[in-house]
Amino acid sequence: MSTVAIDFAGVMKSYGDKIAVDGLSFTVAPGECFGLLGPNGAGKSTITRMVLGMTTPDAGTITVLGVPVPARARLARERIGVVPQFDNLDLELTVRENLWVFGRYFSMSTREVEAVIPSLLEFACLESKADARVTELSGGMKRRLTLARALVNDPQLLVMDEPTTGLDPHARRLVWERLRSLLARGKTILLTTHFMEEAERLCDRLCVLEGGRKIAQGRPHALIDEQIGCQVIEIYGGNPHELRALIRPYAQRIEVSGETLFCYASDPEQVCVQLRGRAGLRLLQRPPNLEDVFLGLTGREIGK
Amino acid sequence: MNIGKGFSAGLPANAWNWAAVWRRNGLAWRKVALASVLGSLAEPMIYLFGLGFGLGIMVGRVDGTSYIAFLTGGMVATSAMTSATSETIYAAFARMNAQRTWEAILHTQLTLGDIVLGELAWAATKAVLAGTAIMFVAAALGYAAWPSALYALPVVILTGFAFASLAMVVAALAPSYDYFVFYQTLVLTPMLFLCGAVFPVAQLPTAFQHVGHFLPLAHSIELIRPAMLGRPAGSVGLHISALCMYIILPFFLSTALLCRRLMR
Repeated sequence: MSTVAIDFAGVMKSYGDKIAVDGLSFTVAPGECFGLLGPNGAGKSTITRMVLGMTTPDAGTITVLGVPVPARARLARERIGVVPQFDNLDLELTVRENLWVFGRYFSMSTREVEAVIPSLLEFACLESKADARVTELSGGMKRRLTLARALVNDPQLLVMDEPTTGLDPHARRLVWERLRSLLARGKTILLTTHFMEEAERLCDRLCVLEGGRKIAQGRPHALIDEQIGCQVIEIYGGNPHELRALIRPYAQRIEVSGETLFCYASDPEQVCVQLRGRAGLRLLQRPPNLEDVFLGLTGREIGK
Repeated sequence: MNIGKGFSAGLPANAWNWAAVWRRNGLAWRKVALASVLGSLAEPMIYLFGLGFGLGIMVGRVDGTSYIAFLTGGMVATSAMTSATSETIYAAFARMNAQRTWEAILHTQLTLGDIVLGELAWAATKAVLAGTAIMFVAAALGYAAWPSALYALPVVILTGFAFASLAMVVAALAPSYDYFVFYQTLVLTPMLFLCGAVFPVAQLPTAFQHVGHFLPLAHSIELIRPAMLGRPAGSVGLHISALCMYIILPFFLSTALLCRRLMR
């Protein structure tokens, strides 16, 4: 067993003029949940494809589970489970058949596959749907089946590209709970997401990406302390520019996003005192979260 | 160098991985087996009896046999060609593109070459189902020599593989379904007439006869027709080698093209 699950060293990839991944280095330790966080187009999907050996980097080296990738990616994939961004379940088959066929893709014998199917169905909470066609499943059920399918070969590493995108909050929570149980079983997870809450809840460490470059890395709470380190007041209503001038002396940083003013202040009471008595204002004071970090790093205004 | 490395990683990983893809297709097909068999049987049967009886009256005897018996060998080869082709350019292309089945498989320990090989073997299986169905019907009605017709079976398998392999090149290049019509109307349909499926090639101008010699369907018919008529076939080694070439070269070409298309 190698000491790192994934090792990226100086990895570059461009498509024509567009640089998808720009000199990226990171390592993922066995048993941790490592998050790649970034807006659309930050290079997250390209990175997951490179981990699987489906995209060859222009420069740099990649090692996954002790195996050089893409040269010997097939050996790595034997011990990897994948949850892709878009469902690619086999729509012509039933739930059970999807698991069965996938086990066959991993060269498992019929007996071996049939031995693991009941526990996978239980894991996905799909026992009652075992013989249903995939087309009959809800979005949440499909995601859970995709997750169960990724476990058929008992992988050491799970690669998940936006596993809860498109799910309703209830279904999302159920998937999170399943992922935590996998981490408890010692699996390593590489997770891409643009949901801050997901990253904050699940990830041991995070890498924030923009334009294929790493712009920050660390534990979620360390990142919050480092990058923000104070309370946040969200101010709705009123003229943001006028308000900004008023509270500037008491704030460490102020950002305007549309109609909302974000005020970062170590003494939020001072700010509230300034705004007291103004009509039509609504204030929300809260501790900082990963979204503040992310937006602080990548810019709150679109296109900035 | 990158392309070379990508290609070698895309080749079949071993001699048995393809079977998992073949079994997946078989499992999905079982659910619609009856409709599929009847559907793939209907068209060649209509041609066989329509042309066989209709034209047969005017044509009389061809190559020392009834026209319908002459036509049977051509129809077996042609139906193997069309069913292997349509399985590849429609069904396999859908699994590659819209259904994302290949994407899911590429996330396992299978390689692109394993998938291509499995799809070719499946398309050849469909070709055998279509070809043998006609063979049995024709034999039951007395238009084919039995059991000599059974010699045609391995040739039908090779024909299925060859046309699946060629169609895989087309599928690897085509941006969408719309392009497949060109392949069918500009390549396969002329082949039908250049290779002696419905009339003896001796009827064609010499230049066209020469073209026909290079086409895979001609090699297939040169072996299937004598077997169906209970006659000895000539140049068996040549025809089999030609069919094998049409299997092997397009297989490597399509795998390379698909690597470039899918493993970017």
